[in-house]
Amino acid sequence: MEANGTKGLLMEEGLIFEKSSKGRTGVEPASFDVPEASAEALIPKNLLRDDIEGFPDVAEIDAVRHYTRLSQWNFGVDTGFYPLGSCTMKYNPKVNEDMARLPGLSMLHPYQPEELSQGALKLMYELEGFLAEISGMDAITLQPSAGAHGELCGLLLISDYFKSKGKPRTKIIIPDTAHGTNPASSHLAGFKVVPVKSEGKGVLSVEAVKAIMDTDTAALMLTNPNTIGLFESNIKEIAEIVHKKGGFVYCDGANLNAIMGIMKLGDLGVDVVQFNLHKTFSTPHGGGGPGSGPVGVRKALEPFLPIPRIKKAGKKFKLDYNRPKSIGRMKSFYGNFSIMVRAYTYIRRMGGEGLKRASEAAILNANYIKEKLKDSYALAYDQPCMHECVFSDRLQLGSGVATMDIAKRLIDYGYHPPTVYFPLVVPGAIMIEPTETETLETLDKFIEVMKLIADEAKATPQVLKDAPTKTKVQRVDEVRAAREPILRWK
Amino acid sequence: MEFPKDLKYTKEHEWVKVEGNIATVGITDYAQDSLGDVVYVELPQEGGSVTKNEPFGVVESVKAVSDLYSPISGSVAEVNDAIIDSPEVINEDPYGDAWMIKVEVGNPGDLSDLMSADEYQKFIEEEK
Repeated sequence: MEANGTKGLLMEEGLIFEKSSKGRTGVEPASFDVPEASAEALIPKNLLRDDIEGFPDVAEIDAVRHYTRLSQWNFGVDTGFYPLGSCTMKYNPKVNEDMARLPGLSMLHPYQPEELSQGALKLMYELEGFLAEISGMDAITLQPSAGAHGELCGLLLISDYFKSKGKPRTKIIIPDTAHGTNPASSHLAGFKVVPVKSEGKGVLSVEAVKAIMDTDTAALMLTNPNTIGLFESNIKEIAEIVHKKGGFVYCDGANLNAIMGIMKLGDLGVDVVQFNLHKTFSTPHGGGGPGSGPVGVRKALEPFLPIPRIKKAGKKFKLDYNRPKSIGRMKSFYGNFSIMVRAYTYIRRMGGEGLKRASEAAILNANYIKEKLKDSYALAYDQPCMHECVFSDRLQLGSGVATMDIAKRLIDYGYHPPTVYFPLVVPGAIMIEPTETETLETLDKFIEVMKLIADEAKATPQVLKDAPTKTKVQRVDEVRAAREPILRWK
Repeated sequence: MEFPKDLKYTKEHEWVKVEGNIATVGITDYAQDSLGDVVYVELPQEGGSVTKNEPFGVVESVKAVSDLYSPISGSVAEVNDAIIDSPEVINEDPYGDAWMIKVEVGNPGDLSDLMSADEYQKFIEEEK
């Protein structure tokens, strides 16, 4: 079978510092037509930076070639299939880039007065409205700059809510199928994490929450669908239990790509949710960032949202800083604005029906892969999944082949490996999220390669142990890199 | 895989060895094998205190990061600093050189619910 990525020329490339030749410059600036003065004469000494030592002196063409070559070593969703579970590596339509580059949006200055930024404020105001509609929340802040930053923001809102009532709460309940960042964000927000195990079928049970929910628990924080790609089917009843004790239900929206347009989290009893625009709403992701992690809340938490809030007064948009209960700022200025432009473009272009169809196709694609591969790889939970499916290396371990070897071998065939060894509840997990943007032909070819690798694991396990062999850099010593990292070039 | 008979075991895969009022704590052979190559370990300060069933440190491999749970409450009498510089010992000698902390036992009753080697072996068979 003809595999992707097995032929081609990649240029060897050293460090840019090694190309430096003293005094060489890329651009020769025109000579001054005003009298020259030295920086030392104009700026106080204590405000002057020292010269940058070892800054490379290179010609423009060498700088361009250096970075272009490095970019060719990279793998992105524009180069190949990228089924990285839990990350929603969907294609980012180029029209998003066109819109983000419109001079009226890309040349804005954050200190520009409100009356000269009406278009940008309108876009942000409308994007808040779209996200509120998609999630069923009452108010949205666009400020957080990534998913985990959004989580932290949501948890700080919850924390301040209870403090403002004079009854601070100290605990957050988190299931073992929640996103890995959830416990970390809870710690950072000053909470103690109470873990709760999912039941045999991979979802959270009503009884498990009932047994530990109390009036010292600020929130239950779950991911729905959860990280094994299953829908938390008891969520409504669980939310009722949490609400009865005065707590909030936080839903990590990282897996929104499975339910967007189909159902609203608000209807399930969710009170706080963060959106990962860089996953669900097709903005760059994975080295291409930056991310954006808006947070949606119910009315009770609205007074605590970060400042400034965008307000509409008549036909004008204004920034409201007069919010005494606000947790303050989560980020400089207004968040990652150019990412908001891309997400706005995506939502406007897809429309409500389009978003729904995207989720449906994402679920269909994941189930297609699950069914086609379940004879070759052990399924963690053999039941319909949402937008991602989880296998393990259980059938391969007998021949000494582990998940990491399967992942490395996929690289030889031109695929980005799926997420491996996560979620932790599945030993040797291989989590595949195809997303909706791939064609049937792409999925079929990937399935064929995965089956081929399963055959290789039986017949020629060493091939997997040695993989990848067709890449520029072959199997790296991850253990030594972690134990003895070299962090400087000399 | 080895599970020495003179040790007690937890469901979170730590082992404890009790000598007088000092309990030595580490992670089991099964734990190091599941984790894979350990690259980093974080332990408490000497003189600090640990609480039964609460995290006292962190162990990180190329695959995953896990909390270390204390099988007992008490104050930390000694910390094995050597494994911080060479975490590979945790894979090589989990019951010997890779002991993690020695705890002055506050309440000997804490130890009563720990598993014997046989019970632990049965427990991990079921977990698989």
